[in-house]
Amino acid sequence: MKQVASWTGIAVAVTFLLLPLVVIIPLSLTPTSFLSFPTGDLSLRHYEALFTDPKWIGSAADSLIVATLSAVVCTLLSVAMASGLWLTNTRLAPVFITIALLPIVAPQVVSAMIVYYLEARLGILDSYVGLVVGHCVVALPYAVIAMLVAFSRLSRSLERASRSLGAGTWTTLWRVLLPNVKSGIFGAAFLSFVISWDEVAVTLFISGLNVMTLPKRIWDGLRFDINPVIASVSVVMILLTTIVLIVQAMRKTKS
Amino acid sequence: MLKHPANWLGLSLALPLPTLLVLAYLLPLAGVLAWSVSTPAGIGFGHYRQIATDPLILSILWRTLRICTVVTLVSVVIAYFLAYHLRFGSLLKKRILLIGVLIPFWLSALIRAFAWLMILRGNGLANTFLQSVGAISEPLALARNELGVMIGMVHFLVPYAVLPILSSLQHIDDRLLQASRSLGASFWRSFKDILLPLSSSGLLAATVIVFVFSLGFFVTPSVLGGGRVVMVAEYIYLQMFQLSNWGLGAALSAILMLIVVALMLLLIRIVGIRRLMDTAS
Repeated sequence: MKQVASWTGIAVAVTFLLLPLVVIIPLSLTPTSFLSFPTGDLSLRHYEALFTDPKWIGSAADSLIVATLSAVVCTLLSVAMASGLWLTNTRLAPVFITIALLPIVAPQVVSAMIVYYLEARLGILDSYVGLVVGHCVVALPYAVIAMLVAFSRLSRSLERASRSLGAGTWTTLWRVLLPNVKSGIFGAAFLSFVISWDEVAVTLFISGLNVMTLPKRIWDGLRFDINPVIASVSVVMILLTTIVLIVQAMRKTKS
Repeated sequence: MLKHPANWLGLSLALPLPTLLVLAYLLPLAGVLAWSVSTPAGIGFGHYRQIATDPLILSILWRTLRICTVVTLVSVVIAYFLAYHLRFGSLLKKRILLIGVLIPFWLSALIRAFAWLMILRGNGLANTFLQSVGAISEPLALARNELGVMIGMVHFLVPYAVLPILSSLQHIDDRLLQASRSLGASFWRSFKDILLPLSSSGLLAATVIVFVFSLGFFVTPSVLGGGRVVMVAEYIYLQMFQLSNWGLGAALSAILMLIVVALMLLLIRIVGIRRLMDTAS
């Protein structure tokens, strides 16, 4: 009896969580030019439109450029900070960590406001540099958490062993410590890439016409010209997310 | 303290990130605060006075608070249920729940809001289904109102609430529960006296995190509210970009920030920073 109740609860909850993702699939296959559930025939015309429209391709390219650059910057900075804190016993560590985690605590719209202020002052609104800066601010705390967690699992004896064998600090860091937090580095890069790829709030404040990432184009579509191409781009994003998660899970079970 | 060469190398590696954030986040934050107290007549608290007296702004703040409170409570309850089964359920249950929690978690808020709009709008899936089975004759108003916004927000926030609760449940020793069961405690008794107290820090962390998140959130309310359920974040956006009223937007941001900092300090005071960091990892 209790089993039945718990399974019912789980079924309801999982349906609630996954239903929206499933619902978009038929919408994207409608043969009509407006958003509707197909009644008879299915059509791939909205996928064709998505993959041939230079506007959507350009947006995918913009998203890819910004997300890749953001991931590189966030990973470098967070790996440096976490390994630096591991090597020193500075009393400033809590201060550094508090500053690094601040953007995660602030409400999204406040972060957007702050980045807008910064970029209006620097004159980098609506540019690749501007978007990378904005996305990095949002993603850095997540990359830092990933790296701090990875380093906290590292044993101090590794460092002592390496030093007792005559390795200097730099060699110890490069040849011993970093290889041991490889999965953490991968996690930080993955997190910051995905956060940048999906970022809407800050993006809406700082982008206009020059650089238009996918979420920004979807947003404009929802506002001004809601059509089934949005459903097909959503399905592609859902599939990409699912594939990446499956690959991640398989990597984990392997290692 | 810095005699050892490793300390110098470590410090120079650790410094760039916080330095950049001071320059790219804290300084502009000060700039935003300066915006909020600058009026055409010079420095003044005109924007704050307007917020405190304008009935429209007050009603938006009240609505934001109301929606965020309801959404937080519902999300945390659902999340606790999911986290409980993720911790104590069978392998099959765990797998199903993991898929259900993780895939939406990684999907953009925008796409999820769009999907809910397709389900909830007048001729959407929910109404079509209910009408076809004869449960209703007229379409229900599910989108472009507070109910729709709340459904979309709960969907967004549940996965965020699951993680801290799950982490605190994972620290509970199984033997405690076995002991209480073998002493004859009912499920509810051992839930109330063992599980709930021992996972209270995760529960509290989840509540604060979700509430803070929902306060500054504007994608979901904006898409599902369709301009009729304006919450404070969307109002700030409108003030900035449609009315160029930056001072008012900045003042509202400052108030949001103040609320969040107060809540965070409260959380740290109750839970303690150490346990909070444990929960976060």
